Parts: sequence; structure tokens; C-alpha cells
Amino acid sequence: MTMTSAKVTIEDYAAASEIAWCPGCGDFGILRAVKKALVELQLEPHRVLMVSGIGQSGKLPHYTKSNMFNSLHGRALPPAIGAKLVNPELTVMVFSGDGDAYGEGGNHFINAMNRNIDMTYIVHNNQVYGLTKGQASPTSDLGFTTRLNPEGAWVPLRPLALAVACDCSFVARSFAGDLEHLSKMVQAGITHKGFALIEVLQPCPSWNRVNTFKWYSERVYKLDGDKSYNPADRTAAFNKALEWGERIPIGLIYKKDRPLFEEYTGAFGKEPLVKQKLDPMQFESLLDEFK
Amino acid sequence: MALDFNFLVGGEAGQGVQSVSFVLSKIMMRGGYNVYSDQDFESRIRGGHSFSRVRVSNKPVAALSEKIDVLLALNEETIDLHRKEMKDGAVAIFDGESIKKDFGDGETFLNVPLVRLATEAAQNRLMSNTAAIGAAVGLVDFDFNLLAGMLREQFTRHGSEVAEGNVKAAQAGYDYARQHCPEKFTRRIKPIGNGDNRLLLTGHEAVALGAMAAGCKFVSGYPMTPTTSILEYIAGQSKSFNIPVIQAEDEISAMCMVVGAGYAGVRAMTATSGGGFCLMVEGLSLAGMTETPCVVVLGQRPGPAIGLPTRTEQGELWFALHAGHGEFPRAVLAPANVEDAFWKTVKAFNLAEKYQTPAIILTDHDLANSYLSVPRFDLAQVKIDRGQLLSDEEVSKLTEYKRHLFTDSGISPRALPLQGKVLVATDSDEHNEEGHIIEDAETRKRMMLKRMRKQEGMKSEIDKPIIHRKRGAKAVLVGWGSTYGAIKEAQELLGKEGVAVNVLHLNEIWPFPDKAVASMIEDSVKSVVIESNATGQLARLIRTETGIKATGTILKFDGRPFSAEYIIDELKDVL
Repeated sequence: MTMTSAKVTIEDYAAASEIAWCPGCGDFGILRAVKKALVELQLEPHRVLMVSGIGQSGKLPHYTKSNMFNSLHGRALPPAIGAKLVNPELTVMVFSGDGDAYGEGGNHFINAMNRNIDMTYIVHNNQVYGLTKGQASPTSDLGFTTRLNPEGAWVPLRPLALAVACDCSFVARSFAGDLEHLSKMVQAGITHKGFALIEVLQPCPSWNRVNTFKWYSERVYKLDGDKSYNPADRTAAFNKALEWGERIPIGLIYKKDRPLFEEYTGAFGKEPLVKQKLDPMQFESLLDEFK
Repeated sequence: MALDFNFLVGGEAGQGVQSVSFVLSKIMMRGGYNVYSDQDFESRIRGGHSFSRVRVSNKPVAALSEKIDVLLALNEETIDLHRKEMKDGAVAIFDGESIKKDFGDGETFLNVPLVRLATEAAQNRLMSNTAAIGAAVGLVDFDFNLLAGMLREQFTRHGSEVAEGNVKAAQAGYDYARQHCPEKFTRRIKPIGNGDNRLLLTGHEAVALGAMAAGCKFVSGYPMTPTTSILEYIAGQSKSFNIPVIQAEDEISAMCMVVGAGYAGVRAMTATSGGGFCLMVEGLSLAGMTETPCVVVLGQRPGPAIGLPTRTEQGELWFALHAGHGEFPRAVLAPANVEDAFWKTVKAFNLAEKYQTPAIILTDHDLANSYLSVPRFDLAQVKIDRGQLLSDEEVSKLTEYKRHLFTDSGISPRALPLQGKVLVATDSDEHNEEGHIIEDAETRKRMMLKRMRKQEGMKSEIDKPIIHRKRGAKAVLVGWGSTYGAIKEAQELLGKEGVAVNVLHLNEIWPFPDKAVASMIEDSVKSVVIESNATGQLARLIRTETGIKATGTILKFDGRPFSAEYIIDELKDVL
């Protein structure tokens, strides 16, 4: 991240494409919070790379301005990792949905948390598949019925507990209906050195009539300011990450300083790989080994 | 005088067959000979039967030969399995104190007490393999100094005592074999030069070196035979040359990481086999759609499914041609031998970057693991062509940027994220020139045509197939990829029998060089397509692309590589 004197405003992050989300979609709140966070951090759009998967969440980078790589369903993290490793000067933000991150991309999710590469992973969790018109997702509540799940969804995954189990260095949850809180979480995620997971509770007015804006609003409570909660305590964090139902915690759930994957080996060199000179002649000495 | 000599070293997995074969191969190259050695092993860590043939010649060799001059048996099974392959007058070396079996003919089966010699000479029975190499080298009266020098190179890192112990064990085997050499065995291999300006390496070592020389700065992969060797070789050089090799959680991730690295601006590669490539194909399509350069090495082995993991096949030609959902341009190169593997890899990186699309290098287990002595690669000849990659200065002058700008060639000048202030946007959804998602029919059509136009440009860069003509030939032998050496040798052996045939060999397969292939086949009365698969994939491709049906095929899908002898045998039914 580089701060510059030229002031970054919300106009710099204006939409690059016409927005195709449904009216009332929680994604609008996430988009506002992301832009607000970037402006508050005074990050210029060209310093940011937004990578997304497929789902309504995947469209977010189109609705603002930055470098952008909209990947396949479930595959937001791998290209983000490739790009970050070859050019660490990029501020990399990755956007997924609950299906994209926890279903199709589950293996990448687990291993990315374990690797701890410096990036921010924002998971829009509306507990339903929206783009494919309303099927259960890995986080749908038990019994949530859809045309594909007429008997109701099976027991939901608890991704934040999985994140704590993977020793993810930054695990947070926020709510699309709380601009201030979400924007602060996003800023904290970006400034965190390591892999930051921010799950955002996101009402889907079209396909999820159970977990509505009102449903979430009545349940979320903030951990921030709670002196009795210590996000460095892994056991406490694990229990907190499992909490779901009448009360749903939002805020920083777990934080741990861990070494970065990209700093672990000397394979990357001092300059970003993308800036390194290419010289075939430097490999002469290797040929000698085959003499 | 033509010298064409074949050693076969055999034993159990874990007995050291590969290292014995490697030492023999290397000293023969250093003695001025051409060397080809193949590796036949089972998918296991201990036991079973492994063997390696080391073919030595003063003429170019590029394929295995089935008939053996010296059989170096590290266990009894090796003799049982391979004695039928021994030429008249050939000798099998075995340790009669370990293999307690009377083979009767002491002239053919030379008992060399390898363990005892090693123990007496170096007080170390584990050096019996070194004594075996010494015996093989002594039998042909080769220069012992070349062996001693090689052993010192190999073992000095374990201490000079170990190195000198090995030299002593080798000397004991060498002396014993010379003293007890059967009278009828008169074949000798005298050094005829030195190995200066030559290299001994495998196809996948050549691919790895080619990738590094071509400027690859990022590798991600998941271990799978036979391409793990590429990942491992580069990983061993990672720190020295700043080329990270990321072991991904699966091949989907490996491929998509490579696409991300390519988008951000480096030359990037992954390597896998058919099973892993299955997982990579959606990422390949992503590269096609986002117009991201990337290189994929597909090291074929027999399928379907797990198949024969440590054997060879050419069963994935059509898979490589069509892998991925939707239609997008790609290059498919299939190196003909170890030397070609280096240069085709360099070319793959250039094509991928110039045309901003995937390039696939099709190898197979045989090419991957077989050693060949080749002229030293001239690195000054490696040209890195980054195509229409904008310079920092050009980017700094831009006020807006369209990553997928419509152009006549279909190639959009490429800027990189953070290269300047312009934004670089791309999408796996169909998109407009700016890289943003669209739905309208007109843009879709134009964008599809733009991408496919790149295929035309790429086609103009595809080299003509390798062609060898013989006067009066009525038939043409057609092949692709690693079978080149065997097919070429078959042509020469047939020529000696008075049968003239031409050779047409494809090592750059897509975009398909249709005109060159068609004219060569049309010139011939008969055309026989020779390939390692059950359905004749190249024959089918030729028919699809040229409308010409080959008159015959020789298909081999037993997991074992072709030899010239095999091809000639089979040709008798076809020609």
C-alpha cells in the first residue's frame, strides 16, 4: 500500500458498468462499504486488484473501478494468489459468495487460509444461491426449502469455525446493513498483514425470504468494544465462530500474527517477479551440470 | 565402423538400476558416443522389476533398441526376463554368489562376484553396483579413467573416502571382467572423442531448462508422474534464479494460479499428466477467455483414469486440442525428442505471450524419462518475444486502456496491472473491450471473432513438419511427438533392406499445418500413421483437417515405447 498526496475520492471508485443487482440486494451495502474503506485508506484504484468468482458477488468489481480479474465459479482465490505472488505491490481484494467460497472453492479456501498470503477475502454470505435462482448453499439453515431442496437443506457448514481451525490470521464477520461497521472491517482486513477473511451477512431479497434484512438486524451483535472478548484466544474464537441462531456475533473474531507465505522462502527475490529482467544467458551454469 | 551397442541393466526397484544406467550413459557420452537410455519401471518404491537400456553408438541414436549386447543383471529375474533379448555372443554379467543358479553356459553367463569384489576392495558390500558398472565397462575395455572421474564427481559430496571406495570397487569389477572376458566376446568400446559441448539429459529436464531460459518466472503444480520431475528440477533452482514453484492444493488451483500470474505479467507455467489436466481444463478455458498467456506441459501416460502411471502413451492428442469449455485459440506442440523439447518449450512461451492464449506442450512418459546425449543448447539462440506487451513508457502515456481492444490481428496490446495508472480489467464472462461483462449479441460475436483471429496469426508461425524423403519411396510413415527417433530409425533400417519409405513427423500440431501434411501424404501411394494409442488420433486429425484417410496405422497401447524393430515388424502387414 502506498499513500499519495493526490486525494482519492468516492468518484474515483464510480461504477465501470451498469449495475445488474436486484433492488434491495445486500451487495449494494457491501459495494458502498468497500468504496468507503478504499477512500478512507486513500488507496488509488490502479493500486488495487479486485478478483472475484461467479455469483452475484462476482460482479462487484465491475461496479467500481480498479484492476479487475473476474474468474470462474469457485476460483477467485487461485488467480488472486498467482497475481499477488508475482506482484506484491498490488493490494489484492477477493470477492466470493457462500457457494463460491465454501462450496465450489472449498479446497482453495482451506489452503489459502493456511498459506497466509497478504490479501483480503470478502465472502458475501446470503445463505442461498442467487445467480442460479434459489438453491441451498453450504450455509443455508437446516430445513431451508428450495425447488432443489424440497425436504429442506441439510446442516450448514460453519465457515468461520473452519477458518479458526485453519489458523486464518484474520477472521471477521460483518453485516451488509451496517455500512460503518463493514467499512471498518474492510479497512482492518486490508491493513492486516496476511490473509484476512471477512464474511458479510448479506440479505437476498429475491431468493432468501427467511434470512432477511430484518432477520439479520434482530440477531447481530458487535464484538467490538466487548472487553471480555479476546480475539487472540483461539478457543474462545472457535466457540464464537460457532455461535449462530438467536444471536450472531459480528466484528473481529480471531486474529493472529503469522509469517507470510511469500516471506517464507527466498524464491521471490527482492524485486517483484513481474519487474525482474529475463536473461537466457544466466542459465549457462545450469547446462554445465549436464555435461 | 558403425558401432551400435546396447547395455541392459535390470533389478528390483530400489536396487539402483537407474543410477547404474545413468553412470554408464554419462561416461559413454564423455567417451565421444551418442547415447540413448530409456527407463522402464513399475509404479512402486521397492521390489518388482525395473530395467534400463543404454544404447551407445557412433551414429546418431534417438530410440531404444531391443537386442542386447551386455546384460547387467542385479537380480535373477533380470536374466529370466531378458535372456531372450540377448544377441548372439552377448554376455550377461551376474553375481553367482548372490544369484545361486547354474545357467550352464559360462561363456554367455559371466559370473562376477560383485559383492565379494566390493567387500574386498572397499570393505563395503553396498558398492557392489559400482563393481557391476566396472565389470560392464571392463568387458568392453572402455577407458577406466572416465568411470573413475565420474564416480569421484558423484560421490565426493559424501566424502573422499566414499568416492575412493567406489573407485576401488569399480576397479575390482573392471579388472575381473577383463581377466575373465569370454573369448568369443570381442566387442569393444574405445573412446572416440570427448563429450565437450554435449549434454546428457531427459526430455523433462530439457523442458524445465527451456522454460527457465524462456523467462518463466512462476510455476505452480501438483505432483503427478511423469511431470513432477519438471516441477522438482525448477524448484531446486528456485532460489538461485527467483522462479517460485508453488505446490498447489490441486490442479485446478495450480492452473488458475498460473493464469493469475500471467494476468499480472510474468511468464507462467504448470505441468501435469492427463488426470491432472482433467482438473485444469476449466482454467485453460479461463485463460482463453481472459486472453492470458500460459504454458501447460501435458506429460501423457496410459489412461483412462489412473491407467499405467509409469508407462507411456500418446492418448491425449484430441484431449489437448479440445480441452476446455467453449472455443478459443491455442497452440499444441509435441517435441520429437529431448533436444526438440528444449526449443519447443521456448517457442510455447513465445506463442502463448504473442497470442495471449494457452500453449500446451505434449510430452509423454518415454520422452520425459529417457536420457539422450544432445548438442549443448545455445542459449544465445533463445529469443524471448513478449509480443504486444506495452512498455512502461507507452503505458505512462495512456489515459484510458482497453484490455480487449478490437484489432485486425485479434491481439490487443497488453498493459499490466500497476504498470502505470490505467486499469487492467478482464472477465471470464463475455466482455466488452474494457473487460466488463456484457450480454449483447453484437459484442459477443465481435469478441469471439477477435479471439479466433489470433489462431490465424499463430498458424503462420507453425513450423512445417519434419520430412525425410528417400528416392523412390512409395509409402510415408507418419508420426508425432516422441516416436520420432524410432520411426526415423525404421526408415533407415528399411532403406538398408532396399525398402524406401518417407517420413512425415509432426512436432507442432496445432494450429494444424494442413497444407504440408496433405501434400506429403498425397504424394505417397501408401501412408501409415504410427502412434501410441488405440484409436489412431493423429490419423483422425489428418482426416478431419485434410480430408485424407491414411491407408494404414500402427497403433501401440501396451504402455511400452516404440522401437524401430517393432515398427518394421508391424509394417510387414501394412505395406
